[in-house]
Amino acid sequence: MVIALLFRDLKLSVRAGGGALIGVLFFTTVVAVIPFGVGPDLNLLSRIGPAIVWIGALLSALLGLDRMFQTDREDGSLDLLLMQEHPLALTVLVKCLAHWLGNGLPLVIASPLLGLFMNMDEVAIGATMLTLLVGTPALTFIGAVGAAVAVALPRGGLLVSILVLPLAIPVLIFGVSASYAAVQDPAPFMPPFLILVAITMFFAVLGPLGAALALRNAGD
Amino acid sequence: MMKHNESPQMRLTVEALSARRGEDLIFKDISFSLGTGESLILTGRNGSGKSTLLRAVAGLLRPESGRVTWESDEAETGTRASEACHYLGHRNAMKAELSVRENLEFWQDFFGDFSGGRGMTIADAAEAVGLGGIAHLPFGYLSAGQQRRMAFAKLLVAWRPVWILDEPTAALDVSAESVFTALITDHLAQGGIVLAATHQPLGLENAQELKMTGFAGVMESMW
Repeated sequence: MVIALLFRDLKLSVRAGGGALIGVLFFTTVVAVIPFGVGPDLNLLSRIGPAIVWIGALLSALLGLDRMFQTDREDGSLDLLLMQEHPLALTVLVKCLAHWLGNGLPLVIASPLLGLFMNMDEVAIGATMLTLLVGTPALTFIGAVGAAVAVALPRGGLLVSILVLPLAIPVLIFGVSASYAAVQDPAPFMPPFLILVAITMFFAVLGPLGAALALRNAGD
Repeated sequence: MMKHNESPQMRLTVEALSARRGEDLIFKDISFSLGTGESLILTGRNGSGKSTLLRAVAGLLRPESGRVTWESDEAETGTRASEACHYLGHRNAMKAELSVRENLEFWQDFFGDFSGGRGMTIADAAEAVGLGGIAHLPFGYLSAGQQRRMAFAKLLVAWRPVWILDEPTAALDVSAESVFTALITDHLAQGGIVLAATHQPLGLENAQELKMTGFAGVMESMW
């Protein structure tokens, strides 16, 4: 049963050495230093707030990506995952879901607190949280391809981030523009939000397929 | 434990297999065929291509040429050979952060039983490798030999007709070797197939032996 993999990866992400807490701490650090750097201009902070929260979430999401398949490769589990009759793309999809639940969802949950740091109002906080909830899975799916390509490299961390970043930029653009549209009156919220949903659904299909292909060909 | 009174007929066939690492042909044109209850031991010095051959049979390495096929009365046609195999490599494929029980439960669920047999319970499998009663410990706390035994227990919790073992007795004491030999003999008696690379004699009767000569041997025959 593939679902057993979901529970195992979730357990691993909260145990010692798991990435769940690291991502949230990094996110908090990035956003918390902004007010000190920008200064106590509350209007400015609330204006740049959604963008800063989104950039912080993007960077934190990139941080844990390279471990997605590498830990399994190091201890030999990846070989056994590849041998089973379950379609490999399904196995990768489950690993992506587990990775998002362990690393992406905590960022979404932490975002309202960080919104307060940035003097954002309720609507802006709500919109940012909603767009993060919809957008961060796309980052995980895109990242899975990068992580699979770099799985055989001993220090692939930075490489994964660089490979993934260009594809992650559209997610950032539409996430931030939807967040702004919710607070600035003339701009409509739905078009950028729906494009964000579409990006996530598109990569939910393409990401696992691409990652499965890369893993099959990474054989050493 | 499962007992096969009328063992289904199975056959793992390797035809003209060649594999390459980088530019070098490690071995070429290796063919063998193993039926119900048969075993093959690969011997040869380090670097002779034993592990490479095992990885190619397990479907983890794309062979340069040749193919590996699996036939059985019970399994549906078109089953990939790797689905019928357990692979015990150099690395144990267990998570140090999880307890032994969690590790084994995960693999039991994830593997599922192949048609034609049933795996043991976690407790029975731990008992069978001589380590009953420590399944609650984190895997990382165990010694190297205990870890290897528990990695072997992974083969027992879900049924696969073919066992592919790469140096199964590395890091093990003499008593553990005899435990492994007994388990392998049991598996063969149930109609399983074993393909193992080893330096130590596993004490298996009626095992066929394939001596790998490696790159140098291939080159000599080519010149």
